[in-house]
Amino acid sequence: MINYLHPSLFLLLGIIFTFIPFFNKKVVLLSFALISFLLSLFLNYEASIDLNFLSFQLQLFRVDFISKTFVIIFSLITLVASIFAINQKSIFELRSAYLYVSAAIGAVLSGDLISLFVFWELMAIGSTLVILSNTSNKHSESSGLRYLLIHLLGGVILMVGIIGYASVEKNILFSLLNLDNHFSWLILAGFLINAGTPPFAGWVADAYPEASFSGTVFLSAFTTKTSVYALIRGFAGSEILIYFGLIMIFYGIIYALLENDIRRILAYSIVNQVGFMLVGIGIGTQLSINGAITHAFAHIIYKALLLMSAGSVIYMTQKRKCTDVGGLYRTMPITTICGIIGALAISSFPLTSGFTTKSMIVSAAAYEHLYIVWILLVAASAGVFLHAGIKFPWFVFFQKDSGLRPEEPPKNMLLAMVLLSLLCVLFGIFPNLLYQLLPFDKLYIPYTSDHVIFQLQLLLFAGLAFFVMLPWLKRTLTITLDFDWFYRIGLNKLLDTFKKVISSYNVFINKIISQLKIFFHNKISDTFNTETGVGKNHWMTGNMVFALSLILLIYLMVLLF
Amino acid sequence: MKNLDWLSKKTTIKKLWIGFIFVLIITLVFQILYPLDGHFKIEKLFGFAAFYGFISCFIMIIIAKALGILLKVREDYYD
Repeated sequence: MINYLHPSLFLLLGIIFTFIPFFNKKVVLLSFALISFLLSLFLNYEASIDLNFLSFQLQLFRVDFISKTFVIIFSLITLVASIFAINQKSIFELRSAYLYVSAAIGAVLSGDLISLFVFWELMAIGSTLVILSNTSNKHSESSGLRYLLIHLLGGVILMVGIIGYASVEKNILFSLLNLDNHFSWLILAGFLINAGTPPFAGWVADAYPEASFSGTVFLSAFTTKTSVYALIRGFAGSEILIYFGLIMIFYGIIYALLENDIRRILAYSIVNQVGFMLVGIGIGTQLSINGAITHAFAHIIYKALLLMSAGSVIYMTQKRKCTDVGGLYRTMPITTICGIIGALAISSFPLTSGFTTKSMIVSAAAYEHLYIVWILLVAASAGVFLHAGIKFPWFVFFQKDSGLRPEEPPKNMLLAMVLLSLLCVLFGIFPNLLYQLLPFDKLYIPYTSDHVIFQLQLLLFAGLAFFVMLPWLKRTLTITLDFDWFYRIGLNKLLDTFKKVISSYNVFINKIISQLKIFFHNKISDTFNTETGVGKNHWMTGNMVFALSLILLIYLMVLLF
Repeated sequence: MKNLDWLSKKTTIKKLWIGFIFVLIITLVFQILYPLDGHFKIEKLFGFAAFYGFISCFIMIIIAKALGILLKVREDYYD
């Protein structure tokens, strides 16, 4: 029976319990997160719950190697992020986050497209509430609404795709989708918008950093990774994903290099990392799919860790820009070390989880002889070290002495960071702990002398490039324009121009009308003028009657003959 | 405030640089001891990963810098 309990149910129960006044709200939420994590570990492979709805068969609960792995990491990170968030004053944020997570787990466990769509939309609502709950930030409301708009747009596209697909294929099972059916492309577009694929990538860096110090940790883990899951299910092996993935990878690096806001750097790096996963899904071999799944797993952990260390800095200093911080290692050594471990993991340094997971994707590209893809992935691996591996810890914890001397964050926040740091190292040293969760039994050995030497050379010389070119990387008080310019400024400008055109058109038309009025007015008054125009001849009524009779007479004559 | 901790001292920074360069050389030496047997020919070249790691980062920074000229705006641009 325990194998059939949906972990989301317990998160939702947790939310309900927080409304009961006798309980300590945070203890309640933490206990339910723990229960849902334990349940996720015991989910029975091949468990499923089916339900009939209209003429469709819904599958609310489908457990296999892919979905179970995602559910485990989703519920694990919920537990650790909740520990991190205990100091958050607003309980509203945690409630929203739990709604968000239960929707994400629901989406991952959905075996059909209709339930997937329902959970997908719930996820958009939950995550928007997490952003909006940060009432201390004046930007969070507007960027939360922009976030919601983009996700609702993605949702509508997805819905049209699903309806069309279901009506053509007469099947709503969520498995590998047939790309010959045009509606699958809409479903793909819906997934890609949520994954943060350019041109719709700007929302990640626009919205995530506007949440609170703890809210961002929740946000980083679920939306994009649920998309990765959905893409693995529906579009594994679609070559187009390789190209989208490569665009995301380099977009993330370039924008992160230009960024000054600490958490926006990390948000761009989410896009970059999801790009690696997309390439893995696009290659579509057993090794690369395994790689995409483990990379998502490891990424959720080290990204949460990085955002926690950034969140701790923001919580303790109230500063969020690289230009305002620096030299924090003096008084925040544990946060610094945890941040560095996260940074090394994201850069796939040997002995960290990034090394044992991302390498599978890069190796898969090599095994398939995709030379160009491989060479770009290698360059990108160096680029990850550049923008997240060194840039983040360097500018936050070292760099100059900002004069700030914040203390370490509260113990629960340190505990959450230390736990995740240990996991990063654990999965780096014992990768088999992760590999056993994978769907394909493809033997992969990350620690070969070739691989370690290659990776060390690549990363350390990338580090050299960073320090040699440090003056070029000096932070400026700027933001970088993205595609969202088009709907934040561009559309308004277009509307203004449109209004101007309309109003000048109005002026023009009014002018013509008034000219015409004057003209006809003159003409009419001239024509009917009683002294000079038609009006001067006074016709008798009798003449008119006579003329009419004449016309009738002629008409009769014509009829007669 | 003269009281600099060890990591901020010029001598330490110099030592760190020497240590870093030493490690860089070690990674190259290891390739001589354990020649790489990569999937592509280019991987087997001596110091390929080192050179490529450096040069690709160099290029990415240049591209970012160039795009920055076009795309960077003041922080309050959208306010």
